[in-house]
Order: sequence, then C-alpha cells, then structure tokens
Amino acid sequence: MDAVSRMLDFHGDALRLRAERQRTLASNIANADTPGYQARDFDFAKALKEATGIPGAAPGTLKATDTRHLGATGGASTVSLAYRTPHQASLDGNTVEVDAERARFAENTVRYEATLRFMNGQIQSLLSAMKGQ
Amino acid sequence: MTIGRIFGIAGSAIQAQSMRLNTTASNLANAESVTGPDGKVYRPKQVVFAAQPMGEANDPSATGVKVKEVIEDTTEPRKVHSPGHPYADEQGMVTMPAVNVVEEMVNMISASRAYQNNVEILSTTKSLLEKTLQLGN
Repeated sequence: MDAVSRMLDFHGDALRLRAERQRTLASNIANADTPGYQARDFDFAKALKEATGIPGAAPGTLKATDTRHLGATGGASTVSLAYRTPHQASLDGNTVEVDAERARFAENTVRYEATLRFMNGQIQSLLSAMKGQ
Repeated sequence: MTIGRIFGIAGSAIQAQSMRLNTTASNLANAESVTGPDGKVYRPKQVVFAAQPMGEANDPSATGVKVKEVIEDTTEPRKVHSPGHPYADEQGMVTMPAVNVVEEMVNMISASRAYQNNVEILSTTKSLLEKTLQLGN
C-alpha cells in the first residue's frame, strides 16, 4: 500500500506547489495598484526538488522521529519566496507588471491542470489494476 | 486549502477597486456642483490602497488589498467668472470643485481593468477547484 500512496506523492507535491504559486500570483495581481507593493514569486523546479527530496530536509517541515508519524504539511507556505525584478519600475515603488503576471498565471493554470490529469491517469491505472479486468 | 484562499485575495481586490470606482463616480458627478452638502465646495476624494496579509501570519504568498483611507484632495478649488450665478461673490467669481475630469476618467478605466482582471482570476480559480474536486472520477 505504501508503494501505491508513494506513486501519487510526487504529483501531490507538485499540485500543492502549483496551488501555492497560483496564490502568490493572485496576490501580485490583486496588489497591482498598491503603492510600494513588491511582487513575489518562487522557483517552482527548485521548490519541487526540495519537496520531493529527502523527507524532513526541506526547511520549515517537521521531522518524523517515529515510523508511525504522519507527514505534517500544514496550510502555511514552506517555499522561500523571492522578489521580482521589474522590467519597467514604477514611481510609487510597486513592482507588479500586470500583463506579465497574467501570463504567468495562465501558464500556472495550464500546468496545474496538467498535474491534475497526470494524477487522474495514475488513479485510473491503479483502479484498473485493482479491478483486474 | 491553499487554492481556496485565492477567493479571499481576489475578493479583497475587487472590493477595493469597486470602492475606487465609487469615489471616481462621485468625483465626476460632483465636477460641476458649486456647493457641497455642508455648504462648502466639494473636495475630490481619492482612495489609498495598502497590502493586507491574509491567512497565516508572515505568509507573504497570500496578500490581499484593503482601502487604508479615503483622502480629500487639497488642491485649491478653481474660480470661474460667472456674475449671474446665485453663489457668485463680489467679484462675480464662483468656486468650483478642483475635479480633474481627464484624470478621473483615466482612474476609472484603470480601476475597471483591475476589477476585470480579478474577476478573471476568480473564475479561473473556480474552474481549477471544480476540476480538483473531480479528481479520480
């Protein structure tokens, strides 16, 4: 059963990080007109490597000291966010470029859906293996 | 649920932008009104946005918007020469609000675009959430 759950772990982590990036980009777009707001983002590939690497090694996660401990990934963000460097700085200190953020948001949406499809495919494979038809 | 908080973020932005649209509307509506309800000339109003952390403390990935304050424009009201006007002073000048109609129109377009952007974010998020709920079907 462990192998089965681990099979979905990778895409589960990817989905969580995609949702987190979606939220970060939504915050940027929401604050497009806030003076002094600094746009944020994170490196998805790096975050995924950290999340799927050695358990407990990623910063901000709890270490399982017993085999019966469950992994604790609460609602809080565990990725390290960076500040965006604007191509055209604005006078009020806001570094959000709405068009670029919208493009990233659309890209992230497609990739989120792709991850959902991968998961769906794996679930379908598992189901057909269980049914033995 | 990480993706569910987007509704709060985009919702706060929609609320803030609609407040900005409201102030623009009242500025434009009062562009020609000589006296305000308090007997003084109308002062144009502007909203001030501020970032507002949502959800867990010190989680910068969820930041909404709030209207920190509504400020009154301190620009001197403009004087228009109109001796026949009932509110004209001894020199025949009437005090009009310092509403810059062009500026207000630009503000209105900017606010409505930002509003639309956030509505789009909401509908995208809604469809993503629906697809996530159907996972495994």
